[in-house]
Amino acid sequence: MFEKLLKLDRRVIFIFIAVALITPFFLDIKQPMTVSPEVRSLYDEFEKLKPGSKVLISFDYDPPSAPELQPMAVAMLKYCFAKDLKVYIIGLWPQGPLQANLAVEAVKADEHFKDDPPQYDVDYVNLGFMSGNEVVIKSIGSDIRRTFPRDNLGNPTHELEMMKGVTNYSNFDLIFNLSAGYPGTVEWVLFAVGRFNAKLVAGNTAVQSPGMYPYLNSGQLLGLAGGLKAAAELEDLAQYYGRGTKFMLSQSFAHLTIILFIIIGNLAYFATRGRNR
Amino acid sequence: MRREIPLILTAFVGFTYILQFFIPHAPFNQLDRMLNEWIQVIAAFAIWLGALNLMKVSLNKVSRQSENWPFALITIFGFLLTVIVGLFLSGGRGYQSPGTGFDYIYRNIYAPLSSTMFATLAFYVGSASYRAFRARTKEATMLLLAAFFVMLGRVPIGDYITAFLPKGYRLSDFATWIMNYPQTAGYRAIMIGIALGIVSMSLRIILGIERSHLGGEE
Repeated sequence: MFEKLLKLDRRVIFIFIAVALITPFFLDIKQPMTVSPEVRSLYDEFEKLKPGSKVLISFDYDPPSAPELQPMAVAMLKYCFAKDLKVYIIGLWPQGPLQANLAVEAVKADEHFKDDPPQYDVDYVNLGFMSGNEVVIKSIGSDIRRTFPRDNLGNPTHELEMMKGVTNYSNFDLIFNLSAGYPGTVEWVLFAVGRFNAKLVAGNTAVQSPGMYPYLNSGQLLGLAGGLKAAAELEDLAQYYGRGTKFMLSQSFAHLTIILFIIIGNLAYFATRGRNR
Repeated sequence: MRREIPLILTAFVGFTYILQFFIPHAPFNQLDRMLNEWIQVIAAFAIWLGALNLMKVSLNKVSRQSENWPFALITIFGFLLTVIVGLFLSGGRGYQSPGTGFDYIYRNIYAPLSSTMFATLAFYVGSASYRAFRARTKEATMLLLAAFFVMLGRVPIGDYITAFLPKGYRLSDFATWIMNYPQTAGYRAIMIGIALGIVSMSLRIILGIERSHLGGEE
């Protein structure tokens, strides 16, 4: 039997993982949410901001990473609009500004914002995508209006009401980078923080976040949300429950399934090791 | 001269970038700004170059009817459709504005397709974990245990299982400890190594010692 287990058809594992991922969609189980210190730090940085403060959010990801990063974006946009923070959206990935549009629409559809939806050029602006990767981050340090001459809708940036008096990083109270790779948080730390002393917090995919801990421990990164669990934690802190919280149950079940298979695999390995010798 | 001019240009741009970091005043800051704008323009052209190259490769595949050519045909169709809709059918608005044809393609075709492709990884990760995480050696056992604690500690169910333990000793706390100390120490060592490598390689290129980027000898 153990020999058979060692040679288990991968399609069997696929079926178990599919069941583990899909079943929770039909369950209504409230999971206890422990907020990790790095997510707490991120949230605290937003808490320190006064109404009217300017937040630059860089959407540096595409749809494949959206299940992890979009809930963070939506939760923190809701938080920003509720607190009357001014949001400046940019993207170093071409898909970033489009993901931002989706996030803003999700906020507008929320019943909390039905009566007073966020308005363009009053509460937020979307400056769009700009090619050049880390050079764009560097250029913002000189002049953001020159770096992004037009916004995502095609309006000249210098004509936007929210851009009046905004020149470079010194005008932003906080930068929130949502990143799924290159260019992303590493480049923001190297150029915006290292060169211009900007205040930076980041939301990363779970795969990418381990690489950010050295920057977090050195104080260059003031807060970090890594993966779907962190998205659910942010939703819990901001009290806006969305897809992060909803999908967390699927992730819990999937992790348990994988761990179960790892245990079975090791039991089979040790049971057959003596025989193989 | 075909080799000397690129070497001189590389050295000039490299030293300009180094100097402007330490002397952010005229003329170095102006040179820096100008070079940054050039890089942004070149990067924009590179996107088009990549897109046109994709077209060239796909058209070649279709014309020769080589293996999997129907996928190349779909690529060409998708590319042309997106470009035409984006450039000509946005109704005078920015092509990325909500409600445009480009936006419709992005939401209803591109986003679901690319997400689906990526989501299949979950199944392969499960299958690969089953085969790879075996306690064959001491090192493999350590990796296995770290994966076990982080995977459980990074989902709420981990704390649910260890709810009987006092705060600070639960699975999420242990996962945070692993991420903050052993993991960060290892990662930091790798990062320092990479950074030193980049610095030395950059200096070699700027000083003209490393010339492999210029291509083969004449």
